[in-house]
Amino acid sequence: MTSTEPIAPGGAARRDRGQTTGEARSSLGVSWPGAVYRVLKGFEVRQMSFVPDAGHSELIELFRADPDIVSNVLTTEEEGVAIAAGAWLGGERSVLLTQSSGVGNCINMLSLAVISRFPLLMLVTMRGEWAEFNPWQVPMGQATEPALKAIGVRSLRAEAQDELVDMVAAGATLAYEADQQIAVLISQRMLARKVW
Amino acid sequence: MSAMTPMLDRRQAVAALLEDRDGLLVVTGLGSPSYDVHAAGDHDGNYYLWGAMGAAALIGLGLAQARPELIVAVITGDGEQLMGLGGLATIAVARPKNLVVIVIDNGHFGETGMQRSHTGQGLEIAKVAEACGIEARIVESRAGLEEARASLRRKGKGPRLYVVKVKAENQPRSLPPRDAVHLKNRFRAHLGLGPT
Repeated sequence: MTSTEPIAPGGAARRDRGQTTGEARSSLGVSWPGAVYRVLKGFEVRQMSFVPDAGHSELIELFRADPDIVSNVLTTEEEGVAIAAGAWLGGERSVLLTQSSGVGNCINMLSLAVISRFPLLMLVTMRGEWAEFNPWQVPMGQATEPALKAIGVRSLRAEAQDELVDMVAAGATLAYEADQQIAVLISQRMLARKVW
Repeated sequence: MSAMTPMLDRRQAVAALLEDRDGLLVVTGLGSPSYDVHAAGDHDGNYYLWGAMGAAALIGLGLAQARPELIVAVITGDGEQLMGLGGLATIAVARPKNLVVIVIDNGHFGETGMQRSHTGQGLEIAKVAEACGIEARIVESRAGLEEARASLRRKGKGPRLYVVKVKAENQPRSLPPRDAVHLKNRFRAHLGLGPT
């Protein structure tokens, strides 16, 4: 399903619980997770940490299948901020994959990246902002960008898949080469809509 | 849990652990463990935390993954590790052979007025770690400290954790630098890594 299709609650598009719809392909015919993975490989990212999100599932699998990348599954997203700091102390680049709800879990831990100027790149799949059916996702989804700004993390927001790939490259340069703390927000509209 | 009143002096215990440390890399949890490690002798291979409570062991994980040829010791307190209990699960699953977490356990939050912590009311972090799948030991004697020190010289089968039971008393403060960027760059330079 693309973002232009109508919402079909309970209709023909209903699928298994927890699955997302669609192939998430860009106009170039390349899936965005594959393109983002290649960009991050080009930046020599060696560690990836994550709390799963359906929107990140393909990217997570690409990283986990890569023997040159150490992947860490986390119990809470703030752990990934600390792992990224340790990786950089040891000379490696790390990326954190999280859902917008996880940004809330990270706030105090982000002090570590901000005050130490540790390179930090977070890819955040957004919930609670577009065709969201779960009200519990809305407060943190709405608070994600203001909360990041308040703690000193810069957000880059991607509305379209081609834009996302460029934005990840720009964010990676800012993070790894300019010691910035960057969250790339992947809009819910861009991601395949979750259908129950 | 030990029925005995701990007899070890925290500062002497940490100094004993770090004696002839060679290439050991050390990450310290905020508060007294940072002061204890600093009092044992400042070192370019020390990364001291002054905040980011709950981060220490996970910074150690990221660092251990980046530098698998070196041994990483995280020296932290019971309160700091309690804030990152989930991190023990993440470390257990990651299984770094070169990471040793040392929890200096006085059963209290020493920095904030000596309020009793969970460990002061019966919780044993070594058992939590063991349940996660981490090789864990309780240290209550000089002989136990010697065994822990020896483990900092070699890799294990997986991650290791020592809980060192110490007297609940505040020692004179021995303050490491608070400039986190300085500490980061100093640590990286120690590993031959340049600034950005």
